[in-house]
Amino acid sequence: MKVVLLGATKGMGRALARLMAARGDQLFLLGRDLDDLQRSARDLEIIAGSGSIGAGYCDLLRPDSFSGALEQAATALDGFDTVVITAGLFATQEELEQDESARRDLLTADFTNTIQLCELARARLLARGGGTLCVFSSVAGERARKPVILYGAAKAGLSYYLEGLDHKFRAQGLRTVCVKPGFVRTGMTAGLKPPPFAGQPDDVARIVLKAIDRGRPEVYAPGIWRWIMLLIRSLPRGVMRRIEF
Amino acid sequence: MESSPAAGDAGAVLAQARTSTVQLGGWGRYPMVEGHEEWSEDLQGSTQGAALTRGLGRSYGDASLPACTRDRVVNSSLADRFITFDPDTGVLRAEAGCPLWRVNRVFLPRGWFTPVTPGTHYVTLGGMVAADVHGKSHHRDGCFGEHVTLLKLRVADGRIVECSDEAERDLFRATLGGMGLTGHILEVAFRLRRIPSPWIWQESERTPNFEATLSSLQAAKTWPFTVCWADFLNKGSRAGRGIVMKGRWAEPHEAPKAPPSFRRPVTVPFVFPNWFLQPWMVQVFNWLNYLKHGPRLRAGIIHPETFWYPLDTVQYWNRVYGRRGFTQYQCVLPVDGGWSRHRAVLELLQRHRAPVFLCVIKDCGAEGRGTLSFPKPGISYALDMPVAPSTQPLVDALNEFVIAEGGRVYLAKDAFTRAEHFRAMEPRLDAWERVRRTWDPQRRLRSAQSVRLFGDQP
Repeated sequence: MKVVLLGATKGMGRALARLMAARGDQLFLLGRDLDDLQRSARDLEIIAGSGSIGAGYCDLLRPDSFSGALEQAATALDGFDTVVITAGLFATQEELEQDESARRDLLTADFTNTIQLCELARARLLARGGGTLCVFSSVAGERARKPVILYGAAKAGLSYYLEGLDHKFRAQGLRTVCVKPGFVRTGMTAGLKPPPFAGQPDDVARIVLKAIDRGRPEVYAPGIWRWIMLLIRSLPRGVMRRIEF
Repeated sequence: MESSPAAGDAGAVLAQARTSTVQLGGWGRYPMVEGHEEWSEDLQGSTQGAALTRGLGRSYGDASLPACTRDRVVNSSLADRFITFDPDTGVLRAEAGCPLWRVNRVFLPRGWFTPVTPGTHYVTLGGMVAADVHGKSHHRDGCFGEHVTLLKLRVADGRIVECSDEAERDLFRATLGGMGLTGHILEVAFRLRRIPSPWIWQESERTPNFEATLSSLQAAKTWPFTVCWADFLNKGSRAGRGIVMKGRWAEPHEAPKAPPSFRRPVTVPFVFPNWFLQPWMVQVFNWLNYLKHGPRLRAGIIHPETFWYPLDTVQYWNRVYGRRGFTQYQCVLPVDGGWSRHRAVLELLQRHRAPVFLCVIKDCGAEGRGTLSFPKPGISYALDMPVAPSTQPLVDALNEFVIAEGGRVYLAKDAFTRAEHFRAMEPRLDAWERVRRTWDPQRRLRSAQSVRLFGDQP
């Protein structure tokens, strides 16, 4: 595969990129911290054992960077067939309620701009006859819950969009993979108390890579979150008003 | 607002303030303390102003625990990237949180392996430096620190310092085995070694009593890797019987053609109740283990993970001991006094009715570069025991014996040693404290262990 990744310097993106590098996929990294991208590129080159990995600037809060970033990746890889977006912003509901600019940034990055980037990637992939678009949404978008109202709303919208892409473009060769991680222990969730069934980035990466290879439109990771969310979706409103998760 | 490209998803999280404290413990789960643990991929940034860095928490006692709840402890294990690898020299440089298992998975199939590995691969490179770990190869290859070429540290005043045997040598040597108290270890460069194949040729024999076990281990010095499991729960002439294992890397013509596949461990899902693990169960296990081996010498090719990391097949096996936790008492004793002095340890344990559920005996070679590194020439005993009210007096008695014999204990395992005992067995402590005073006069870097042993203020 020839893969463009946004968000591969940290967390689940880092774990996924390592699995891809280890099996010989060609990678191009996008992100907003070029020094950090270079460090990750060297890490992945050592894991791959041969070849070089390029990196370019792309910031989810700077939509004007998207087109150039994809062009740069296409040039470096001589065309790509897979786009993986694991980047996103996160803040707790309390932080978002208090800070207007943080709220605007999160909603813009995780919903509007992620979709803008997906649209550009979709057009490029369809133009070459198809490919895979793998985007990390969240189980937070499955049911509105008190601790993740704003973040969950952005992710719900994103999941909705990705499902629509799958409906409309699968026949034309575009395979959309919407990843819905449960609680995973990474830098993003640092300091939060892990609930039962918390996952590890390496385990999530294995599940996601399998889903990409098989073109599954929706994947929960770790898998148990599919059943947890089924339960939570079925809870009546009266219960959701009372509980704190 | 935290920016978190590609991070884990907190959508499922319970509403929790991020500043809440957590229960922190070492591998022995004793002691447990309240503390703030900070996780970040950016180790260099997050160590600014922190009191201690910890990795995967495999030190058994209080070495990786904060001195007090106010202190900020940084967890390094998200900073796990390789930085450079030079195939000509074998020197690998990586971020300090890089776990040994990642190094093994990438480099073992390519014919490289670390010259020194502890008995678990769930350790970070930074932790391997801080404890200056040793393994089955100590009689030949020394500690991990012998193979470290460069360290990048954040020292107490906030500066970033690179040190090696050529530059800032005192700091470098005090950091090897310095339990993370001389500076936050940010990056580690060390030399990997070429191996003929990724498989191990192992020979093992069982030994009928304590003296036979020790003699057999001594006679195996010609092997690159030796270790011995011993049954310390047995009585009479059978006490201290065991199985001595000797290994070397297999030659290409002996080894299977396919590289070894890596194993996924099973996990102990919860902490067992305290009453679960009883001495009689371990006695039965020890009998079976001994009988299963059979009387004859066994030889053959085995999986490298089976040889190096037998306990890693079960994740969180420490939970089997229950909430009481357990301690591993590890000491090294010189051999010049003859085996009778060693038998005295066994007899002391039996007098105290010490429930030694696991005993691993290793051969130690020459003292290494680390100012405060544990090994010295002799025999090392690692004894796993559940924590009980009788543990402190037992450790005190063992330590008094070890001091009289000219031995010492291993800080990476320790949770019970008294400050005066440690000072008595460690003539090098003054030299180490001098270096620490130079780089950290206010003792900003500290741990629960440094409060207990070095008189730091909590």
